[in-house]
Amino acid sequence: MKTKIWITGLAMATAMSVTAPVMAEGDVYIPMPVYRVGPYATGGTGYFGGIIDYYTLMNMKEGGVGGMNIIWNECETNYNDQKGVECYHRQKEFQGKQALFFDPLSVGISTSLVAQGRKDKIAIIAVNHGRTEGQRGDVFPYYFMPGINTYDEHSIITAYIGQLEGGMENLAGKKIVLLFHGSTYGREAVEFTHMLCEKHGCSSEAIEVPHPGNEQTSQWLKIRRSKPDYVVLRGWGVMNPVAMQTGVRMGFPISNLIGNIWSNDDGDVKPAGSSANGYQAITTHPTGRVAKVIDEIVANLYEQGKGDLEDKSRIGSNYWNLGVMAGVIHLEAVRVAQARFGADVNSAQVRWGFENLNLDTARLTELGANGLVPEIKTNCMDHVGGHQAKFMRWVYAETKWEVASDWIDGDVELSQAIIDAKAENAIANEGITPRDCNDPAQRDDFEV
Amino acid sequence: MIYRETGTFSTSYIEDRKLFPIPFDKWAMGVFLLFMVFVVPLIASDYWLAAHLIPILAYGCAALGLNLLTGMTGQLSLGTAGFMCFGAFFTFNIMLRSPEWMNLPLAMVLAGSVTGVIGVIFGLPSIRIKGFYLLVSTLAAQYFALWFFRSYPYFLNYATATVTLPDHHFDLFGIGDAFGVDMASFEAKYLLSLGIVCALALFAKNLMRSSTGRNFMAVRDMDIAASVIGIPVIRTKMLAFFVSCFYCGVGGALFCYAYLQVLGIRTFEMNRSFEILFMVIIGGLGSIAGSFYGTVLVYEFPILFSWAGDYLLGGAFDTAVVDNVAKILYGILIIALLIREPGGLAALWLTAKQKLRTWPFPH
Repeated sequence: MKTKIWITGLAMATAMSVTAPVMAEGDVYIPMPVYRVGPYATGGTGYFGGIIDYYTLMNMKEGGVGGMNIIWNECETNYNDQKGVECYHRQKEFQGKQALFFDPLSVGISTSLVAQGRKDKIAIIAVNHGRTEGQRGDVFPYYFMPGINTYDEHSIITAYIGQLEGGMENLAGKKIVLLFHGSTYGREAVEFTHMLCEKHGCSSEAIEVPHPGNEQTSQWLKIRRSKPDYVVLRGWGVMNPVAMQTGVRMGFPISNLIGNIWSNDDGDVKPAGSSANGYQAITTHPTGRVAKVIDEIVANLYEQGKGDLEDKSRIGSNYWNLGVMAGVIHLEAVRVAQARFGADVNSAQVRWGFENLNLDTARLTELGANGLVPEIKTNCMDHVGGHQAKFMRWVYAETKWEVASDWIDGDVELSQAIIDAKAENAIANEGITPRDCNDPAQRDDFEV
Repeated sequence: MIYRETGTFSTSYIEDRKLFPIPFDKWAMGVFLLFMVFVVPLIASDYWLAAHLIPILAYGCAALGLNLLTGMTGQLSLGTAGFMCFGAFFTFNIMLRSPEWMNLPLAMVLAGSVTGVIGVIFGLPSIRIKGFYLLVSTLAAQYFALWFFRSYPYFLNYATATVTLPDHHFDLFGIGDAFGVDMASFEAKYLLSLGIVCALALFAKNLMRSSTGRNFMAVRDMDIAASVIGIPVIRTKMLAFFVSCFYCGVGGALFCYAYLQVLGIRTFEMNRSFEILFMVIIGGLGSIAGSFYGTVLVYEFPILFSWAGDYLLGGAFDTAVVDNVAKILYGILIIALLIREPGGLAALWLTAKQKLRTWPFPH
């Protein structure tokens, strides 16, 4: 009897194993280190759902990328560094094909892999976040943060506050409070916020909210005492809605509370209810069905029941749109590499592709992604490339974000000094020999 | 047939106190170690070394440390990850700020000793409080470690979140350059970890057979009775904290250097302490080998399950379903194991050994 059950089980398993992806000639392999369970599952399902939807669309529409069918498999990381490292080692090769790059959407996992990626010649991608000095491509050739970095983010927020005040010169004498999450992520902006205010003549104060941030009365009492003109919210998860509710309760005008890039999800504003009405936050990728490519995904995938999101109402949400944006960037890097090296590229060649992205408005329109993806132009010295963002405002009555500004550029000059200092520190202490980006031979050598 | 004592006679007390009194045991262990040292680095792929063997060794070292404290001496602790954090940060700082001749094993020993001293400080409350109350006070060590390294960025060399540990820290006495060996390869890291862990496990085994070890166990079983028969309870407890935290510190250093290759505070958050506590409980409190059995089970089970799920059902369900089912089965397995055998895997192994001794005639 028992044997029978075993045999049936085994037979079922074998039957189902047919659905597993099988590599063939003319395929490229991209690992998918997802997190669909755990406290950060909203981010994981949205982001990787967006990537998968975009890849699927490209497989249907163009037969993949440059004629090569895209194959991927999933590995569940739980947003856990150690599981992510295990997934990387498991996924860096699949059925004899090398992974083209690795994009885990996690500061912890991606920074853990900076050195390993270089050894294996696999680019590690961290869209809109990551180790800021990773911008220096000469020091970190296999690390990319397409979009914006933390310093861009805060200089753009300051520039937006300047716009709200009717000009940067009006910032003089104003007071800005940075309300930050008590973690390395939160602290990263403190020093730079002070630098920005020094430059523009405003005064700044940084107030820490201990993790997880579900009780902020004392912080907001402190804010009420120091009477700032603006509060910049550098939050994460539950801290965001609590900040909005407490701030409004204490009489702080919500329109003067500006959210950073991890305080801009629907999930951040919805729990705050009506308090969040008029809350503004930075974004690199406007939410909603803002680009042609999203309409195509809806028409070709979701209307045929092939989409990756289980909850269709999340189409156009912040994390899903970020995923589509990441998918566009990924495949564009592959195409750039294919243009130079031929269709069957390897991971080092795709690294070169990431380093030579040129997503301008014309190209983005061609890809159907204009309005969703910011202009990104990377090079050997700059692995970020975008340095610009927009702002959006939450409209409570319609439960949606409306775009509140045009593209605003980050203060790249101011951030460069501090990035350089950190990169020098890495050179001195991590045994890295930087390449010379002015030397064309070293610059164009894809296998650094 | 195997594990027979028949025909094995000890003719002196020294022989009677041998580590492996049964010849079969000795040979099996010897072959196993030779296999681990000479064969494994040749046949194992990067994936097996980097994602399985090295983390198991690092976790095993920390679990062994906790077992010495909790299993042998009966002092509950939830500060394991905090002590690992101290060990890892001090190792990095010693390597970073010392002259050329400093090498990784020595730095680990130094860092482990400092961690041991810190452990003694956090162990002081154990003089007065016991059991669950001590658990709360060791929890302070966990939070203190994270707060300390977050507040003093000097120890992270002023990096924002993490430091990539440089390859040149692995070179021992210029061996790498002299023989053209890559000392930072996974094979070399694996052998380094294996060497350190074997040495520490041997030391622990012998410690437990010495009078110090018997003092530990006397304190665990009943500290009032122990003090009545003349065992210095306070000194024994402090010594247990020192030794345990030394092991945890070295384990933390291995965890960062050999396994993650990155040093950061987030690695040592609270859940890591729980994970190691589970390893010790499942493996068997008070058993040296049990620490490693528990490590292997707790570390490998979720991976193997997701792996099997990947190969057999790949694509049929999404990873969330596979992952959640793995968690359910894992929970059931642990409950079943602890009901059937509260002594953990080590006790299970002892029973198996006993059965093998009398096989095939159990009566």
